[in-house]
Amino acid sequence: MAKSKNVNRRGFLKGAAAGAAAGAAGLVVKPPAAMAQQQAQARPAAPLPSPRQVALETGTPPRADVYTTDRPGADFMVDVLKSLNFDYIFANPGSSFRGLQESFINYGKNTKPEWITCTHEEISIAMAHGYYKIERKPILTLAHGTVGLQHASMAIYNAYSDRVPVYLILGNEQEVTYRRGDVEWNHSVQDAASMVRDYTKWDDSPVSLAHFAESAVKAYKVMMTTPMEPVVLCANGQLQEEPVSEEDRNTLRIPKVTVPTAPAGDPSAVNEAAKMLVNAENPVIVAGRVARTPAAIPMLVELAEVLGAGIEDRKFRMNFPSHHPLFNTGNVAAADVVLGLEVPDFWQTTHTMTPINRMGMEWHPITKPGAKLITITTGDLFSRSNYQDFGRYTPVDLAIAADAEATLPPLIEACKRLMTADRKRTVEERTKKLAEQHRRTRERDLEAATVGWDASPVTTARMAAELWNQIQHEDWSLVSDTTFVSWWPLRLWNFDKPYHFIGGHGAYGIGYGAPAAVGAALANKKYGRISVNIQCDGDLNYVPGVLWTAAHHNIPLLSVMHNNRAYHQEHMFLQDMASRAGRGVENVNIGVTLEKPFINYATMAKAYGMYSSGPIENPNDFGPALKAALEVVKKGEPALIDLVTQPR
Amino acid sequence: MKIICILAATLLAAIAFGQSNGNAENGKRLFLRDGCWECHGYAGQGSRDGARIASTALNAQALIRYVRRPSGAMPAYIDKVVSDQELTDIWTYLKTLPGPKPVKDIPILNDIK
Repeated sequence: MAKSKNVNRRGFLKGAAAGAAAGAAGLVVKPPAAMAQQQAQARPAAPLPSPRQVALETGTPPRADVYTTDRPGADFMVDVLKSLNFDYIFANPGSSFRGLQESFINYGKNTKPEWITCTHEEISIAMAHGYYKIERKPILTLAHGTVGLQHASMAIYNAYSDRVPVYLILGNEQEVTYRRGDVEWNHSVQDAASMVRDYTKWDDSPVSLAHFAESAVKAYKVMMTTPMEPVVLCANGQLQEEPVSEEDRNTLRIPKVTVPTAPAGDPSAVNEAAKMLVNAENPVIVAGRVARTPAAIPMLVELAEVLGAGIEDRKFRMNFPSHHPLFNTGNVAAADVVLGLEVPDFWQTTHTMTPINRMGMEWHPITKPGAKLITITTGDLFSRSNYQDFGRYTPVDLAIAADAEATLPPLIEACKRLMTADRKRTVEERTKKLAEQHRRTRERDLEAATVGWDASPVTTARMAAELWNQIQHEDWSLVSDTTFVSWWPLRLWNFDKPYHFIGGHGAYGIGYGAPAAVGAALANKKYGRISVNIQCDGDLNYVPGVLWTAAHHNIPLLSVMHNNRAYHQEHMFLQDMASRAGRGVENVNIGVTLEKPFINYATMAKAYGMYSSGPIENPNDFGPALKAALEVVKKGEPALIDLVTQPR
Repeated sequence: MKIICILAATLLAAIAFGQSNGNAENGKRLFLRDGCWECHGYAGQGSRDGARIASTALNAQALIRYVRRPSGAMPAYIDKVVSDQELTDIWTYLKTLPGPKPVKDIPILNDIK
């Protein structure tokens, strides 16, 4: 077998090893296997000589096998990655990063980052997604460059669409002569990151340890620069496992990482936006992924109060306190100025489309004629082509390409400067009307929650109300989306802290919810918060192994199954299609329901070592079950209640 | 006079058809068969995807008109799929479903206020 012509650092070290004294620390020398094979082929009828005999007979100087080193390249990789201050590694084990894993747990002492065992790569990434949304710190994840990345890819796309940073290292044996057997060939790839390049921000495949250090730091910087996105770095198996001489180690440097500040809007454009907003008779603020940090929430409140503007929260982030009198009072159709802050689908916010129940497609603006549209978004600073998460192009009157949170302070100041006594009176009057609208909406929500209160399956309103009854006096955090339970928590609970709500999926890729909740609960753990997860049944069936991770690592998390025994969104879509075809809906349960048998999630949770109760069908049994489960969670353990629920 | 009586009787019948004339038990069966519960809930409580229809304020004719040509995103049901009489049965069932209770009667909701 021909040796690689690639003369890299590793090749240099191998050469040095061959010439050095046997047993020198930090060196590995291979037996001349190729020569032995050639000798054997030349004399097929004779018994095969041992490599030692071959060496003796051919006069090749004996070369001692070197079995150990106290300085594998992976140790340096760990030094590099530790410099980036990750709290945890979320990973399912894989042979292509075995060297790195060994260095993390021994050389790195399994602290900062600590290894969290995941049972699927999709879980690793989604946990990192959830962790970030509570702690605002990225997680280090590892996966095979091939099969592991294939598992992880959907979760990466969710994080990408949700503008969440995830740092992913892919193990890969790039050097062909190092691939031992068919498994390593099947697990190796020429360009590992290519599969997810359309929905990651940056990647690299370093060919030396010095290259690894530089690219690792660069990857972190790129990932954390707004808009934040996942990045991928390949760790060559040969670089991980082969030794580094002390001399070489002394030449290796770890660059300092400096994350750029987020860009605020151009001052003249910000002033123009302020003029439009202050002079508006009915300004509306649409909040998308605004709250990049906790500081955004009071700033957004201040802007809304200064302007007397209604807020339409798209529920991607914890942007605005839910009991604030301006929350969800924004009516785009009635607005004369609409300010979109980090809204990924502003077109859909400002237009109607023909609904799914009829043929054809027409769209119309829902804004009043002459209404002015303003956007502030990092979406204008970063675009990809293939995946269409960017939404439809929206004509607007003023587009500020900037980070919305970073632009809030100058925008607030500009609005205050322009506010006259006359405009202040208008703002006060408008605020009173919006506050009254908010109060009436809350009253209607409470009244709506009473309908079907005693029904079985349990209504999602009652589920939310019973949960609130148990947690309202705790330090709580809702670590799941509310879309599939008709937003009941957001309609009933008092959300006013940055960690009270985790927001949505990103790309609605199912299999996100359960692991994101566990990742978020891990982030909440050190603060002693009660993490609450309303867990969709279809979602859990993608990734049930995450229950084991929660149990194994003692992650306190109260999960309540939203067990509607179906992929309900798809159930409704089939109903739409059957009705469009005029065929009736008697068969639309086929392929979308989870029945015959029903899945028992309480039993599932027990199998993974978690406290559980249910299935609960009587709504009056839910409160006591919650109380018991909450006691378990308060002791630092996860618990799951299987609640049989209404569809939505 | 005879003609007036016939007209009056027809009108009363139409009103009656608009107000009741349905079989609630069959309506419940159809409510489940035709998937009304998917968006409106088993208790007709409504959801993100469908309006509250428990104890509906619509009369039967208005319900039938809406189901044939809904103004929102609800699937349209043709008479081949569900007849006017069947929709009247569903309407009759919906009228039996309890509407909202006073919030004060449910302590944990009252606490939220």
